[in-house]
Amino acid sequence: MSEIRHHVTDAMLAAYAAGSLPHPFAVLVSAHVSMCPDCRAALEAHQAVGGVLLDQAAPVALSGGLKADILSRLDDEFPSEPVYARSGVYPGPIMQTLKGRAPRWKSLGMGVRQDILSENAEGSVRLLYIPPGQAVPDHGHNGLELTLVLQGSFSDETGRFGPGDLEIADEELEHTPVADPGEACICVAATDARLRFRSALPRLLQPFFRI
Amino acid sequence: MNDKTARGLAAVRSMPRKEGDRVQSTPRELSQETVWMLAVRDRRDRMAFAALFDHFAPRLKGFVMRSGTPAEQAEEIVQDVMLKVWRKADLFDPHRAQVSSWIYQIARNRQIDVLRKESRPVPEELAEDPDAEPDAGQILALEQETDHLRRALTGLKPEQREVIEKAYLGELTHQEISDQTGLPLGTVKSRIRIGLDRLRKELKDLQP
Ligand SMILES: [Zn+2]
Repeated sequence: MSEIRHHVTDAMLAAYAAGSLPHPFAVLVSAHVSMCPDCRAALEAHQAVGGVLLDQAAPVALSGGLKADILSRLDDEFPSEPVYARSGVYPGPIMQTLKGRAPRWKSLGMGVRQDILSENAEGSVRLLYIPPGQAVPDHGHNGLELTLVLQGSFSDETGRFGPGDLEIADEELEHTPVADPGEACICVAATDARLRFRSALPRLLQPFFRI
Repeated sequence: MNDKTARGLAAVRSMPRKEGDRVQSTPRELSQETVWMLAVRDRRDRMAFAALFDHFAPRLKGFVMRSGTPAEQAEEIVQDVMLKVWRKADLFDPHRAQVSSWIYQIARNRQIDVLRKESRPVPEELAEDPDAEPDAGQILALEQETDHLRRALTGLKPEQREVIEKAYLGELTHQEISDQTGLPLGTVKSRIRIGLDRLRKELKDLQP
């Protein structure tokens, strides 16, 4: 895999670790982390901060029977949770969002195809398939939009994005991403709930920690 | 304890200890929590699990309640998390996470799953080479790094500490996160970074 150049911001990694990132973004952050050792290491550092805070938390007494109850349940059968592994160009968290199925492409014309994986009050997650030389369709985003490349690449005014690269675009970014020659570009795009985060989100890009 | 861990621990114990080190210096031995967790992972040791429970369960309850969860529901989360610690022990990797970080992430995932009623997306697990020898140096280095982090966090003023706690409990809104300026987190950050650099190199080595 070629070098990943465009990464998740520290603020987003911290928010992901803490669980406060909107679901569509959590899908893309966990997919990028699956592909990027640098961001995995950074995420694990944030988790270490959380761990220290947990370790130092003031203990609160438990109900009397809780410990005995848990110890008695150690041998219980338990349902195994599905583990989604990478399949082809789709990392585990994307397979999880697909619920293990193959993409169901719908044509948008000019050879461009999409599969909407989720779309609700929290925002949307969609897969896009863009033939070489075609423009990535405009989703009319008002807030923040993340795009993670899974195969091929696209370029716009801000640079070139290949497999594993994450583009973070806010509403102020005027750009026209076009799939590069060669392999078709497959990417996954996430938007958040527009109204709720509209004004606040671009500022999320600011680093959470001042360095 | 399996051979792999036994060898790793023996290596840790035999690591040279410099004379004249200050007591406050970094740890030279695996933390008690790590030893318990490895005993659970490798030997399904119930006593060690009970010890982990005694240490973490009351803290977990306090931690979960701090994010506004009522006591009864907090205990349900504590149960789920501690059972997961037992059932998923094979996923614990002391080269990459302290027991507390690992349990923190299980707890956050659980709290979000309860809220959302569906599984939160999580990164793929790194495939571990089953024949890989435990690297005592790496395990200890991570413990030492966490110790630095712990001291840096302990040194914060109460208000600053409050902000950090809220953030890692998922309590801050985006606006609040972006409004937190001027936090003197340089120390914490540089500590994390040292750890990151090392982790990053190790993880790169794992890449095919
Ligand atoms: Zn990255």
